[in-house]
Amino acid sequence: MQNFADPFSLAFRLILSGDAELLTIVLLSLRVSLTAVFIAALIGMPLGAALAVGRFAGREAAIVLVNALMGLPPVVVGLCVYLLLSNAGPLGVLQLLYTPTAMIIAQVVLVTPIIAALSRQVVEDLNGEYAEQLRSLGVSRAASVPTLLWDGRFSLMTALLAGFGRAIAEVGAVIIVGGNINHVTRVMTTTIALETSKGNLALALALGIILVTIAICVNAAVGMLRGGARQVVHA
Amino acid sequence: MRDGQIYAGGAPALPGILPLLAEGLVFQAGGRRLIDIERLRIAAGGTTIVLGPNGAGKSLLLRLLHGLIAPDAGRLAWAGRPADAATRKLQAMVFQRPVLLRRSVAANIDYALKAHGEPRAERAARVAQALEHGGLAGMARQPARTLSGGEQQRLALVRALAVEPAVLFLDEPTASLDPAATAAIERLVSEAARNGTKIIMVTHDIGQARRLGDEVVFLHRGRVVEHSDATAFFQDPGSREARAFIAGELVL
Amino acid sequence: MRRRSFIGAALALAAGLWLAAPQAEADDRFIIVQSTTSTANSGLLDAILPAFTEKTGIEVRVVAVGTGQAIKNATNGDGDVLLVHAKPAEEKFVAEGWGVERFDVMYNDFVVVGPAADPAGVAGSSDVVGAMARIAEAGAPFASRGDDSGTHKAELRLWKDAGVDVAAASGGWYRETGSGMGATLNAGVGMGAYVLTDRATWISFGNKGDFGVVVEGDPRLFNQYGVILVNPEKHAAVKAADGQAFIDWLTGPEGQKAIAEFKIEGQQLFFPNAAPKPAGQS
Repeated sequence: MQNFADPFSLAFRLILSGDAELLTIVLLSLRVSLTAVFIAALIGMPLGAALAVGRFAGREAAIVLVNALMGLPPVVVGLCVYLLLSNAGPLGVLQLLYTPTAMIIAQVVLVTPIIAALSRQVVEDLNGEYAEQLRSLGVSRAASVPTLLWDGRFSLMTALLAGFGRAIAEVGAVIIVGGNINHVTRVMTTTIALETSKGNLALALALGIILVTIAICVNAAVGMLRGGARQVVHA
Repeated sequence: MRDGQIYAGGAPALPGILPLLAEGLVFQAGGRRLIDIERLRIAAGGTTIVLGPNGAGKSLLLRLLHGLIAPDAGRLAWAGRPADAATRKLQAMVFQRPVLLRRSVAANIDYALKAHGEPRAERAARVAQALEHGGLAGMARQPARTLSGGEQQRLALVRALAVEPAVLFLDEPTASLDPAATAAIERLVSEAARNGTKIIMVTHDIGQARRLGDEVVFLHRGRVVEHSDATAFFQDPGSREARAFIAGELVL
Repeated sequence: MRRRSFIGAALALAAGLWLAAPQAEADDRFIIVQSTTSTANSGLLDAILPAFTEKTGIEVRVVAVGTGQAIKNATNGDGDVLLVHAKPAEEKFVAEGWGVERFDVMYNDFVVVGPAADPAGVAGSSDVVGAMARIAEAGAPFASRGDDSGTHKAELRLWKDAGVDVAAASGGWYRETGSGMGATLNAGVGMGAYVLTDRATWISFGNKGDFGVVVEGDPRLFNQYGVILVNPEKHAAVKAADGQAFIDWLTGPEGQKAIAEFKIEGQQLFFPNAAPKPAGQS
């Protein structure tokens, strides 16, 4: 392979050059993954909270299932979403295959179990502290879910970041349902896969460095947001 | 500071839910009867102190009466009818370690009022009054969990009182507080009692029991050993266990 | 209150990103072409498609996968046009009714690349079948696509002609990567294995190491590309008119000229050979 230092200087030059193609790809990556995390949070957090406070038959089994689904292979998810959205599949009429929407759907499937499983843990711990007080205030189990989610918001941020990390880094699902179409569905990871297959290893690695840098920036931004808010709202 | 109009929970105008009658109340865990009470009647008015050595089942009894846990046998009746949402709405409880939401001091009180179904329009004023009452007005915007231990418990107490309960359960509310903070809590509790709120309070501080109690329920190994007027109880306890307890001996 | 600014900042960030990102899903006019890595990764399609888009207003979205997967995707109706290189499979696709009609577009050629050490001693040969027999005989490592792609199918035909049973050698000197051309070349360079590749991918490949072309010029290495419109009678979603317009352009004088003019490092990679059309048809 090429000199190992090359990718770093290349990554640096790429960032400095403000390359329009690169910017498009980076923005699409962020848009797809952040949207997926947002939707997955809307589903996963209440689901996790329900598993944490609920008392129903099969709850233990459901927790095991959700925990196991954290390890869903992206390729399998991609394949399933492809079969759903394909013109030969049940949702073919929606014409979503090879669009960013298809990529968002696949990532939602990947990320929801992660957010649900981690939310369940956070909410269960908090509920241990809150449950009696909330019952005393006349708040039922079901009605306590929004309270627990809101009061656990700083810990839940970690769940969101874990989901975001999974979404922004995976390639197996988006390359199948997105098709890695230039200017349409090409994101950071599929570009890295493409450049690797072209043998442009330095460029691929440079893009990888940029991807990691973006992930660090998003984490830092959330950290700052959280730090600022925590100072004011929380002990 | 005193505001009888606002903290007159259980005032005569409200439908009374007392007396509280427990019959055949049993709670067991691991095959042991932790609570086994044939009959306990707590009447309206004044402060009932639940006393007893560690492990007597005081906290458990309070949770059973408040309805936080369900008994394995027996029944509870509030003024002759079983516990339901309406009787629940007229009760509140303060725990040994205050459970404060991760929100501002004011938001903690607002949350309790909202959960109690108070209309939004009235809540802001009632939050302000409760804060004033607890001496917490200057800390309204502060995160509740940054308060000192005494302030936290004061907040928990005025939050419980904000919904104007007819019955207030207190589970060793000053167990981990210094004397000054304890005095502040006791002041608020006596004031609530004077305003007509029935206080049912667990403590193992005999001094506190003497200061606040109108009657005493003495619990030992899950059973009511004595239930009598406070003055009589402290002057002449009727049971060996209570005598030993008041004398400061180890009660096994 | 503080919590509002907290949520507000998050929402503003999300909204900003959404607006800043290209709205690719807007209902512009486009077709999807299921094609192979050799045409897309070599840069051919990127080079010639803008002219077509400019002329017709039709954007061409290329999904670059192996020929086998491209044909399967097209069978599912997930594409309007198929542009691949495996003539027997293409003819079967049309015969089964999935495609309307197959047209020759162009050809390129395969080459065998290998390490400078050349353990099988095949460098400079123009007899691919003989060279492959020697590789098998020497037990020199050979990296195969193993992915049912057009290149893989061509390679298997050559082994058959050479009388070598590669299935028996699988896992030994014969190593199937189950990956695309580029990944297989990366693997081949990594383990010093011979690889059959299309010339276009090889020339534009960036990680050659000490590898070079060892066998080329055999007529059996000829690699024909065909283009097929996916049958709208099978899949109503197929954009038949726009897809046909693309096929007409690609096999017509403008497309053919653009293909011939595409060069990397001064080398022409694809040679147009569409049959001239009767005057009335385009």
